[in-house]
Amino acid sequence: MKQAFDFVEMKLPAKSEFVGVLRLTISGVANRMGFSYEEIEDLKVATSEAITNAVNHAYYEEGTGEVTIGFGLYEDRLEVMVADRGGSFDLKEVKEQIGPYDEKESIEDMREGGFGLFLIDALMDKVEINNNHGVIVLMTKFLYENEVGQNDDQISTTQ
Amino acid sequence: MNLHIDDHQEGNYGMLKLSGEIDAYTAPQLKEKLLTLVEEKESVEVDLTKVSYMDSTGLGVFISALKLSKEKDHNFKLINLQENVYRLFNITGLNEVINIENTIKGGLS
Repeated sequence: MKQAFDFVEMKLPAKSEFVGVLRLTISGVANRMGFSYEEIEDLKVATSEAITNAVNHAYYEEGTGEVTIGFGLYEDRLEVMVADRGGSFDLKEVKEQIGPYDEKESIEDMREGGFGLFLIDALMDKVEINNNHGVIVLMTKFLYENEVGQNDDQISTTQ
Repeated sequence: MNLHIDDHQEGNYGMLKLSGEIDAYTAPQLKEKLLTLVEEKESVEVDLTKVSYMDSTGLGVFISALKLSKEKDHNFKLINLQENVYRLFNITGLNEVINIENTIKGGLS
């Protein structure tokens, strides 16, 4: 079956000041595809979390590397890939750390980081993490046609 | 893509009014100001009316502030969260432990 597909790729320096640049880009791409306001907010948070992880790796390794971000635009979904070629992390350890806050935990034990991957998982429909050469996060959000339809943009005629 | 921090202090009360976005770039300056304020003042409020975006780096800053406030036996409260910002506290369960007052339905126009 033939499927329409566009691919956009960008490379950003692995520095925190570029996290906002990625957010602007994903807003534009997702808006063009017809995602709702709430879905675009989810995509902004999820991709920011992924690039923030990559930036933190670069920081700890004193690298001045770059992060590669790919957007796969399909008819029914948006796939976002965030890859940092830097070092790898212990995936098992990271997975053990993620999860929502448990009320039984005492406040002293609360972690200040580690919500990133949990949020990506909660806000996207599908998430895969590959840890063989650097870290690649591949996340998918499906485009559900909302009832009002894509051509229902409210155009104001009062000027 | 910046965060503006307004600082109001009166006696033992401190308030930070934030406007902009809280992410990996802006969180460090917020953390520094907020922790200093929580350390010094018995009661601290952070007004998020004009915060349009926040991610887990922001959650981390507020968890640090909460921990410090418990240590010092000080009060710490977040007020006027936009819906998309409050949602992250809800998903992570942090709304159960952090004192949050008022969320703004539908965000600000």
